[in-house]
Amino acid sequence: MMTITAHPTTTRPAYTPARAMKKIVILGATSGIALEVQRQLAHQGRELLLVARSPQRLAEIQADLAIRGARQILTYSADLASVQQHAGIFEFVQRAFADFDTVLLAYGSMHDQKDSETSVDVLLEELTVNFVSATAILTLFASDLEQRRTGCLAAITSVAGDRGRRSNYVYGSAKGALSLFLQGLRSRLHPAGVRVITIKPGPVRTPMTDHLANSARFGDPEQVARDIVRALERRSPDVLYTPKIWRYIMGAVQQIPENIFKRLSF
Amino acid sequence: MSGQSAAKLRKQSGVPPPTERILSWGRYPKIAHQRVHKPAWNDQVPEIFNAAAPGALLPYGLGRSYGDSCLNAGRELIDCRRLNRILDFDASTGMIRCESGVSLSDIIDVFLPKGWFLPVTPGTRFVTVGGAIANDVHGKNHHCAGTFGAHVRQIGLHRSNDGLVICSSRENPDMLGATIGGLGLTGVIAWADIQLKRVSGPWIDAESIPFQSLSAFLDLSRESNDRFEYTVAWLDCFAGKNPRGIFFRGNHSPSHGAEFHPKRGPKLPFALPAWMLNRYSVKAFNTVYYKIHAASKGVAVVPYDSFFYPLDSIRQWNLLYGRQGFLQYQCVIPDTNLGAFEELLDRIARSGMGSFLGVLKQFGSAPAAGMLSFPRPGLTIALDFAMRGERTLKLLQSLDEIVQQSGGALYPAKDARMSPALFEASFPHWRSFVPYIDPKMSSSFWRRVTGAQ
Repeated sequence: MMTITAHPTTTRPAYTPARAMKKIVILGATSGIALEVQRQLAHQGRELLLVARSPQRLAEIQADLAIRGARQILTYSADLASVQQHAGIFEFVQRAFADFDTVLLAYGSMHDQKDSETSVDVLLEELTVNFVSATAILTLFASDLEQRRTGCLAAITSVAGDRGRRSNYVYGSAKGALSLFLQGLRSRLHPAGVRVITIKPGPVRTPMTDHLANSARFGDPEQVARDIVRALERRSPDVLYTPKIWRYIMGAVQQIPENIFKRLSF
Repeated sequence: MSGQSAAKLRKQSGVPPPTERILSWGRYPKIAHQRVHKPAWNDQVPEIFNAAAPGALLPYGLGRSYGDSCLNAGRELIDCRRLNRILDFDASTGMIRCESGVSLSDIIDVFLPKGWFLPVTPGTRFVTVGGAIANDVHGKNHHCAGTFGAHVRQIGLHRSNDGLVICSSRENPDMLGATIGGLGLTGVIAWADIQLKRVSGPWIDAESIPFQSLSAFLDLSRESNDRFEYTVAWLDCFAGKNPRGIFFRGNHSPSHGAEFHPKRGPKLPFALPAWMLNRYSVKAFNTVYYKIHAASKGVAVVPYDSFFYPLDSIRQWNLLYGRQGFLQYQCVIPDTNLGAFEELLDRIARSGMGSFLGVLKQFGSAPAAGMLSFPRPGLTIALDFAMRGERTLKLLQSLDEIVQQSGGALYPAKDARMSPALFEASFPHWRSFVPYIDPKMSSSFWRRVTGAQ
């Protein structure tokens, strides 16, 4: 099941023009952004398979999305941060939702940066959840889609991964590494016609960011979800900044010389 | 996401969460809160209770209460807007179960296409189910459907001592009666079962009729209440004892089909300068408004949103009243005391301080659904007053006298300043409500009108 095939040597047109997105797997279905994405997909009458830790919360979302119009909703309760549980998740997907065409990885964790500076355990947990476990589960799905030569893999990273900052570099480095991983994966899957989308939201008002200063001014999760759903339906872009302004902000931030950047405290 | 362990760590590291400015719809009073909790799941509410001091908490929804009944100065709020899931729907009976942060707007969007509508709706769709229950809101169909609370069949209520308490007409009926109209003080509503109403579609057969006196309004009201599900009037409050106005009445249109495309209206981006609203600009507006409607009187088929929610088409219309905000005054005066009602209108007209949004309605005689429900038989009027400091407060106090002497009442959801005496006169049985208050709950309004700590 986990055979990782060599690159296919044949090539074909990379993307089909109108993506037939019907069956979507969501990893981290109880995260703030995923909740909004799921609502919009339900409204479109899609079929969903939701993976998250709490069976109780999954049941609540399942009821809600069914009433809002989702055609079919399956749930699977597992801890995505634990790589040992991935095989079980993937087996369930293959059994119950084998012809899925889209995967959205939406989970992540953001500890207080200070905690990861003083505790190696917190540091490792942050890297494991945001990078190690994410790459592990994406690899399972990538190989399956590559064999079937169809579909789309999308993962939510962060603008924090575009540059290491004093106040948030542990979360940022994990998300930045995930962005690099996706970049490579995109190139690998391109010949098979499998699309890989790197989603880089700016700060969004979700439970993950409630503890940050100014969180009331963060982006609206509904708007971010709209951008994500649109990106999933279309052929482009490869990298989605949302809200869009963050493409330009990060473009500018990346131009600041390191010698100056290291003195900035944000 | 690993939200739970992150939350634990946050607590250990003792980082105080930031406070954000929360205002009620009238943007007066402007007060600060110590903390705003934002549970995303019902299973997180007990933790919030456990960590709170007595009287520290108050649930908060979309903040459409006008005064301080949704505020808790110097203390904490539980923002329920993320508790927004619809948990159950019976397509044969129209019964839904939803969490308290679901908005009425959301319910319309999901269920109107299926042929179901709210049993009662206030003048804005941007309120939560929790807020609609806590204020036992009413609408244009009060004369035949009663209040929102009358259609709540069962609730699950988080209580700080007893966990989740189920309240219905069979189980804990008194707690249900206390929670309906209970201003959020009895606990946090986890979910509520609401009986929706079958409708044929999104269209309303509406009729508007100009009138030139209070007695003409009453005649129209009496004549219409049997034949029309919805009745309400707009009133030009500058006209004094013999006010002119437009009477609106309507029924769900049986024959106009289900096709409907909602539009998103403009948004007021910032608070207008206070001088833009003065007696001349408002008088001019009222005259134009009256003339337009008087000219277009008659029957029309209109979309439900323009019939029920004309003001929702301008998002953040409350910013019209400038930085100082405004006060809404909504009272009910018994039908038998028309003189008092005329006196009230006369004082408002003479003050020159009234505004464009005068809304007049004759309540029906349905028994109150909650212990502290506001609607009762009589005439109710709702009026906005831009906050201009002492002289605005003085005018409203002089209106209070009339309301109190006439045996009327003031609506807590609209209030930021009524005296304890007027509250007592409006709700003489409020002391029997006190035992149902959750020990962890309090509000700015409640402390102000009852002297509770």
